[in-house]
Amino acid sequence: MSNPIITTTIFLPLLGALLLQFIPRSKANLIRTFALLVTLIDLGLGISVLTGYKLGLAGMQFVEKASWIPRAGISYHVGLDGISLPLFELTLLLTVVAVLASWSIKNRVREHYSLMLLLAVGMLGTFAALDFVLFYIFWELVLIPMYFIIGIWGGENRNYAAVKFFLYTLAGSVLMLVGILTLYFTSGLGTFDMVKLMQAGYHSQLATFIFITFFLGFAVKVPMWPFHTWLPDAHVQAPTAGSVLLAGVLLKMGTYAFIRIVVQILPTEFTRFAPVIAAFAIISIVYGAYTALAQQDLKKMVAYSSVSHMGYVMLGIAALTPVALNGAVLQMVNHGLITGMLFLMVGYIYERTHTRDIAKLGGLSIKIPILGGMFVFAALASLGLPGLSGFVGELLILLGSYGAFKIFTIFAVLTLALTSFYLIRANQNAMFGMPQSWMGDFKDASGRELISALPLIILIAAIGVYPKPFLHYIDPAVNTVLQIIRGS
Amino acid sequence: MLAYYLSLIVLVPILSFIILVIFGKRWGDKSAYVSIAAVLISLGLSIKALIDVLGGLNTKVLFTWASIGNFHITFGLLLDSLSAMMLVVVALVSALVQIFSIGYMHGDKRYGWFYACLSMFTASMLLLVFAPNYVQMYVAWEGVGVFSYLLIGFWFEKRSASQAAKKAFMVTRVGDLGFAIALILLYINAGTLDMDKLFAMHFVPALAATISILMFFGAIGKSAQFPLHVWLPDAMEGPTPVSALIHAATMVAAGVYLVARSYPLFEKGPVSLEFVAIIGTITAFMAATIALTATDIKKVLAYSTISQLGYMMMGLGVGAFAAGAFHLFTHAFFKALLFLGAGSVIHAVHSQEIFEMGGLWKKMKITSITFIIGGLALAGVPPFAGFWSKDEIILGAYTSGHTAIFWIGILTALFTAFYTFRLIFVVFFGQPRADHHGGHVHESPAVMSIPLLILGFFALTAGLLGSPFVHNAFQGFIAPGHEAEAVNPFVMGLSIAVALIGITAAWLKYGTQVLPSNVISKNNPIYKLVANKYYMDEFYYYVLIIPTHAVARFILEFDQKVIDGIVNGVAKIIAVFGSGMRRLQTGYVQNYALFMLVGLIILIIWSFRFLGIH
Repeated sequence: MSNPIITTTIFLPLLGALLLQFIPRSKANLIRTFALLVTLIDLGLGISVLTGYKLGLAGMQFVEKASWIPRAGISYHVGLDGISLPLFELTLLLTVVAVLASWSIKNRVREHYSLMLLLAVGMLGTFAALDFVLFYIFWELVLIPMYFIIGIWGGENRNYAAVKFFLYTLAGSVLMLVGILTLYFTSGLGTFDMVKLMQAGYHSQLATFIFITFFLGFAVKVPMWPFHTWLPDAHVQAPTAGSVLLAGVLLKMGTYAFIRIVVQILPTEFTRFAPVIAAFAIISIVYGAYTALAQQDLKKMVAYSSVSHMGYVMLGIAALTPVALNGAVLQMVNHGLITGMLFLMVGYIYERTHTRDIAKLGGLSIKIPILGGMFVFAALASLGLPGLSGFVGELLILLGSYGAFKIFTIFAVLTLALTSFYLIRANQNAMFGMPQSWMGDFKDASGRELISALPLIILIAAIGVYPKPFLHYIDPAVNTVLQIIRGS
Repeated sequence: MLAYYLSLIVLVPILSFIILVIFGKRWGDKSAYVSIAAVLISLGLSIKALIDVLGGLNTKVLFTWASIGNFHITFGLLLDSLSAMMLVVVALVSALVQIFSIGYMHGDKRYGWFYACLSMFTASMLLLVFAPNYVQMYVAWEGVGVFSYLLIGFWFEKRSASQAAKKAFMVTRVGDLGFAIALILLYINAGTLDMDKLFAMHFVPALAATISILMFFGAIGKSAQFPLHVWLPDAMEGPTPVSALIHAATMVAAGVYLVARSYPLFEKGPVSLEFVAIIGTITAFMAATIALTATDIKKVLAYSTISQLGYMMMGLGVGAFAAGAFHLFTHAFFKALLFLGAGSVIHAVHSQEIFEMGGLWKKMKITSITFIIGGLALAGVPPFAGFWSKDEIILGAYTSGHTAIFWIGILTALFTAFYTFRLIFVVFFGQPRADHHGGHVHESPAVMSIPLLILGFFALTAGLLGSPFVHNAFQGFIAPGHEAEAVNPFVMGLSIAVALIGITAAWLKYGTQVLPSNVISKNNPIYKLVANKYYMDEFYYYVLIIPTHAVARFILEFDQKVIDGIVNGVAKIIAVFGSGMRRLQTGYVQNYALFMLVGLIILIIWSFRFLGIH
């Protein structure tokens, strides 16, 4: 407690957002620079957490605990383990990327960056919270800034998309709240503390009911088929930075909650329903791939690809083997990096071409070789090319899932061909070929755009080339989770 | 020290790739030297490795790539006779191709990128050759795949080139699904993906055969075997030196190498080897027939590659392991030679249509002589390289009792000799057919002709290493356990005879025009079937691609109309339900949220009452 670094990291962006209000609206560049500075310092704090994290230990580290509303069993309790730490770091990095990506936003700059910093607080808090009330507050905190980001800075149909995003995910989190409250009132422990609840285990006839509320609440967030239709609308309408954070971080909140809450607090129920979850996962995988293939809009294609890719993560979680679960956690990070980068590139390209229609694009590798090349790189990473990070996660998920779900895993493997198909098709039609006649001259990536993508490229390659150090963080935590499952 | 120099063989070309990605654009034409220097270092170290292996070294350097609990995935460098031989071949052919490209690619605007890709393509292949573990094999395998994708589509402004690249990537990827499933089955059943552990284990034959056949699907894609060979002819859209590299020592060789490397596994389920032999035979025969009708110089060579790869698979499948590996070795030289020769021709006449060429013998002596050497090696005329290895394969089929395969192998050899010399007589002899470029045709510069001469030397001599004159030294080196077959005069005589008959027939038809030009009518249904490549592309288009798109569109429609329709429908019902309270409906999300929250709390309190919880 002497050095509350997690709390500092979570709330620094809030302080930043408050200070931002003192900068006059007219000084847009100062606002941008200040926001960048805040997120960079926050990332620096995150890196010091990463270096201070003791490898090989099970359990939470950097735990900070203070009583808050003791009579209701509510405490301020945060901490990180090998499952939440990678996502915490991913959030910090993608927030910096998002700040850089939204440099081109011209209207209401101060509001934009204030909301983005607020969003960071919610996202970071969700991954660090170890108390249900705290978790719920952070979880809901994410919704509001994202709603405004889509609704104010989004595309033509932004109102519809923003309201749909808000109501749909709100419905999900309300169900989660029902689950949390039921859990609280029936566990007999009188606490909202997640760690205590994990250790005690939950045994009551209401376990199934709670499981269903959690399942629905989190499945919307992931999103799993058939609760995914808010996602393409939200993604397509969101500004680039919004899409990056939506795909990169927000979706992981769902899969993270599955591991942290459903698996660890309701292990018996999770094991019982694992085949059902796997079935939804495999439908998401196949369905997402087909719908991505049918897209004419580049951004929508990436959005639907997320449904498919998050299905792989869910399959790995449902399998509950060490290899698959390691793969699932790693794949969350990978998906954040890769899909984040794809949205970034689609956004940068759109700023130039003002169209995302694949049929109208073409020859971008000639017009803008750096941006086009980076898109091709991200597409190859997304289709699971070995040597890049997506492959490692998929490999582990598939190796680890086969023992639990034979037929599903075979389908998941076969779908890889479809995944290649839609991404390679996008490469060919949008990036290769001759530029279309309507295209004028486009400027290739600026220094700022290049720098925003560079850390993603480096990490995607680093994890792909040598995953061992990254798995060192994840494996002990996964073991702890699986011990809970085995004990149940 | 050992680990150090072995890893440099792979790392130096990777470094060259990284340097060229960053500086290639700035350095332009000078990029070539970085890449060539890198591959020459790899070549030198590979030769040292081969010498060490000849001196009795057999080693493995390992490090952990990923570990989960006590499951470790290791990467490493496996050095034995098979890998040492392949290292040298890969590095040598790659070096010659890269030197040749200085001339061929001169003035291209993406010169640096070209050499960056060549470097990484070579590095991937070297990593593949070194693999002691199937994960590394798979990683390098896909690495080869993606860099071939980028190289085939190097001139991506051309729609046909980017189409061909897409096709190559997709078709090989389909085969790789089998490989991926094989990996999963190996892991589930054996708990490891290390080759030496797997090869030492006991497998039920049915399981071993299943895994091997699935793994072979990967090879079917990569090594362009029937029915996944369709990508390879289209891959001719890439620059010709790339074709030479893909067709000789890399990419397509990877599938054969995979089977050779995994031979102990295939032997545990012998049915899988029969499968390999049958696929190889169908491929060898079918591709040779198509080559008879092709009129594009690169396409003829492309189909000849498919056919020769079929021979290699045939050899491995009938149990002639050393012969299959030997053919992989000799083929690398003469096929690289033929492709670079074709490149030299195309560079000179700016056409790929053989019936627009002719009489090049007088203008391009080095190209002509070396090309004919390559042709003799391909046609299987002694003492050229291809003869010794192909004869051993056919002999293997004969002695193992695969009679049908043996005769098809002989018939294919006849076709091979015919189409090879049809090409040679049409391109190099007779009169120039299209004279619009007649005056400008001249021999290629030294950077192009010297690699041809070096490869010509190997195409002439490489086969002798495995000939009876040196007691089949090559086979003894690659497969110390397997005794080479004794010379069979009947088989050898037959194989020489069909080669000579094929060449003579080609001479009669295309050299002297003794035979009328319309021996076979172009309207003959069999001719049409063959000339249209057995309609395989059309088959895939209508049976696979069209339905896939149709299903995709249907599911999208379903998604928008049904799934999202329900979502929006529910929202509307709620809105209608709430119309009585219209005044409260302010249209702001915040208010909706507030109402939801209040409603929710009421719901929870009610549900607890209902459930009897206080």
